Amino acid sequence: MYQYDDYDHQMLADRVAQFRDQTDRYLNGKISDAEFLPLRLQNGLYIQRLAPMLRIAIPYGLLSSRQVRKLAFIARHYDKGYGHFTTRQNIQFNWLELQDVPDILAHLAEVEMHAIQTSGNCIRNTTTDQFAGVAVDELEDSRAYCEIIRQWSTFHPEFAYLPRKFKIAVCGTKDDQAATQLHDIGVYLAKNQAEEVGFRVLAGGGLGRTPVIGQEVFEFVEKKHLLTALEAILRVYNRHGRRDNKYKARIKILVKETGIVEFRDQVHAEWERIKDGPQTLSEEEMERCKSFFVDPSYLDIEDNPNELVKALDANILFNSWHKQNVSPHKNSGYAIVTICLKETGIAPGDVTNTQLDYIADLADEFSFSEVRVTHHQNLVFADVEQSNLYRFWQKLKDKSLASMNLGLLTDMICCPGGDFCALANAKSIPIAESIQREFENIEELEELGELRINISGCMNACGHHHVGNIGILGVDKKGEEFYQVSLGGSSRNEASLGKIIGPSFAQEEIPVVLRKIVAVYREKKEADESFLETYKRVGIDPFKEKVYAKAD
Amino acid sequence: MPKLIKNGELIQDNWTVLREATGPDILTAVPGKNFIVPLKFWKMYQDKLEDYFGDIAIWLDSDENVNDIGSDLRQFTLIALNFPVFSDGRSYTNARELRQHLNYEGEIRAIGDVLRDQMFYMARCGFDSFEIRHDQDPDVCLTAFNDFQTGYQSAIDEPNPLFRRR
Repeated sequence: MYQYDDYDHQMLADRVAQFRDQTDRYLNGKISDAEFLPLRLQNGLYIQRLAPMLRIAIPYGLLSSRQVRKLAFIARHYDKGYGHFTTRQNIQFNWLELQDVPDILAHLAEVEMHAIQTSGNCIRNTTTDQFAGVAVDELEDSRAYCEIIRQWSTFHPEFAYLPRKFKIAVCGTKDDQAATQLHDIGVYLAKNQAEEVGFRVLAGGGLGRTPVIGQEVFEFVEKKHLLTALEAILRVYNRHGRRDNKYKARIKILVKETGIVEFRDQVHAEWERIKDGPQTLSEEEMERCKSFFVDPSYLDIEDNPNELVKALDANILFNSWHKQNVSPHKNSGYAIVTICLKETGIAPGDVTNTQLDYIADLADEFSFSEVRVTHHQNLVFADVEQSNLYRFWQKLKDKSLASMNLGLLTDMICCPGGDFCALANAKSIPIAESIQREFENIEELEELGELRINISGCMNACGHHHVGNIGILGVDKKGEEFYQVSLGGSSRNEASLGKIIGPSFAQEEIPVVLRKIVAVYREKKEADESFLETYKRVGIDPFKEKVYAKAD
Repeated sequence: MPKLIKNGELIQDNWTVLREATGPDILTAVPGKNFIVPLKFWKMYQDKLEDYFGDIAIWLDSDENVNDIGSDLRQFTLIALNFPVFSDGRSYTNARELRQHLNYEGEIRAIGDVLRDQMFYMARCGFDSFEIRHDQDPDVCLTAFNDFQTGYQSAIDEPNPLFRRR
C-alpha cells in the first residue's frame, strides 16, 4: 500500500497543528459556530445528537493491520469501544469529546491516517472497488489512480468551498462494486479503439433527495490527462453550481439544468486550456504510485488444495460460508474473503475494539497484513491462501465474524439513522434488526439468493435506499416514523433507481411487507433469476397488489 | 480604517471600496482618493471616470466572471474579488483565472467576508492582498500563510505540483 514520504508526513503534521489551533480559538470564543463549522467538517467532525462524531478516511478502503490496531485503540480510549464502517469506505466514531479530536488526529497521523475532507463542501475520500488488484476480471488496478486523486484533491485551494460535497469513485474491475455511476464523478478504467488503457469519465451522479445516474463527460481520456480532466469538471462546477439552495447545489442539478451537451462543452473548453499544463501526469509519477500497489510475494500454488476440498466435504457450515463469502482470486491457490458485518442485533457496519484487534491479527496471519473496507460496510481479506481457509473460518467464528449472509437479504446497507444522526427523520438500525429477525433461516436466505436491501433514515440517502433492490426510507408523518418502500434499484454496472411501491408503512409492518414481497418473487421467479431480474421482467404491479391486498 | 494585509505584511491602505454607487458624482462626495468601484459601475461610467483625479480600480462579486472585464484589464493596478460570505468559493476560481489565463500581474485583493482560516488557500490561488473583516486579529491573520509548508497540487503560488518536485 502507499507509504508516506517526508512531504506527506509534513502535510499531515501541518494539518494537525492547524486544527489544534482552530479548535483552541473556537473553544476560546475567537471563532463563531458558523465559521468553525466548515473547518471542523473538513476534519470529519460533526456535532451529532448525542456527542461529536468523527469520520476518518480510509483512502480507497485500504487498511494495514497497524492502522486497524490504531482504530481499535481510538475506539477503546476515546469512544465507547466501537466504530462504524460507512458506505464510503470511512469509519466513524460516535462518542468522542471535541477537545480530544486534535489528539486523535495526531494518533492517526502516526499511522498515515487522517480525517481530512471526510465531510464539508469539498472533494471527499476517493473510493474504489474492494477487489482492486486481486479481481479476476480487472482491466487495471485502480488504486494507484485513487492515490493520485487523493493527493491532488487533498487541500486543493480552489475547491475547498464548493457549492456542496463532491464524491469521486474509480473502478477498474468489470463487475462494479463501487457504485461508480452514483458519484459526482465516476471514473472507469477503459480502453480506446487503439487498445490503450485510459479513463471514461462520468459526472452528475448521486443519491440524496434527487437520485441521478451519472452521464458521460469524457468518452476516453489518456491517463496523463486524468487530473486536468477532473480539474476542468470541478472548475465549471465551482463557478456555476447553484449556491442559492442547498438541496439543488450538487453537480447533478447543474448537469441537469445546463443539459449534458452544454455541460460537456463547458468542461471540454476548460480542459483544452489546461490539459497539457503542469498538472499533466508524468510517467514517473504514475510509475511511482503504481510501485506501491504491486503484488505481494504470492506462493506458486494450485487451486482447490486437498485441505480445502476435504473441509468443504466435511463441514456443511463451512461449505455454506465458503459459497457465500469467498470469491475467486486472480492468482491460483488464493481466495478473496469478505467478512459480513451484519450479525443480527448489531448495527450494520459496527465493529468493537476487540474485533478490530482480532481482525488486525488475522490480517497479519492470513492476508499480508492488509484489510479492505467495502461500500457495503463489510471487510475484505484480499489474499488468503485457499489451504488456510478452513482454519481462517474457524478463527472468524470465535469472534462472531463468520456471518454467512454476504450478498443475501440480511446483508443490508444501513445508515446510523435516528439513533445517532441529527438529520434523520426515523430510526433505521431497529428496522434492519427487525428484518434480520424475520429472516433468520440461512437456508431460506440462500434460496432467495442475491437480494440487496438498503435502508436510510431520511432522504439524504446515506443508506443508499434508491439503489437497493429493496429500498427502505424513513419518513416523518406528523411526528411519527413511517417507512417508504421502493423496488428495483441497483448500484452495479446496469445501475438503476428504485420505484416507490405505494403509501408508507409503520415500523412493525415492515417485516410483514418484506415477507409479501419475497413471496411474489418466489411465485414469479423463472429458472435461476435473481430478485432484480424477476422484478425487471414482471414490473412493480404484482408486488403492489400483494402488498396492499385487503386481508380476506 | 479597514485592516489590510499585503504581501505578508500589515499596511496602511490607500484605497476605498465603493460598495454601492448610484452615479459618478459619488466619487467627489465620499471622502477618499483612490476608489475600488464595482465592475458594472465602471463599465457604465467609464468615460466620466477617466477624468477623475484619483486612481480607480474595480471589484467583482462572486457571481461575476473576470473574463467580462475585457481588454481594459491591464489598465488596472488592482482588482478586488468579493467574498459575500466566506463559504462562497467562487472568487478562488476568479483569482486563479486572472493569474493563470489572463496573465494578470497586478494586485488581487480579497474583500468582504475575509477570515483568517481561508487566507492560506486564497494566497495559493493568487490573492496577494487581504482586506480582513473588522473583527479579525491582524497578527493572527499573518500566521495564516504558514499553515502548510507546501501543497500537493499545481496552484498560482507554485505551478509545479508536488510530484514534479519530489
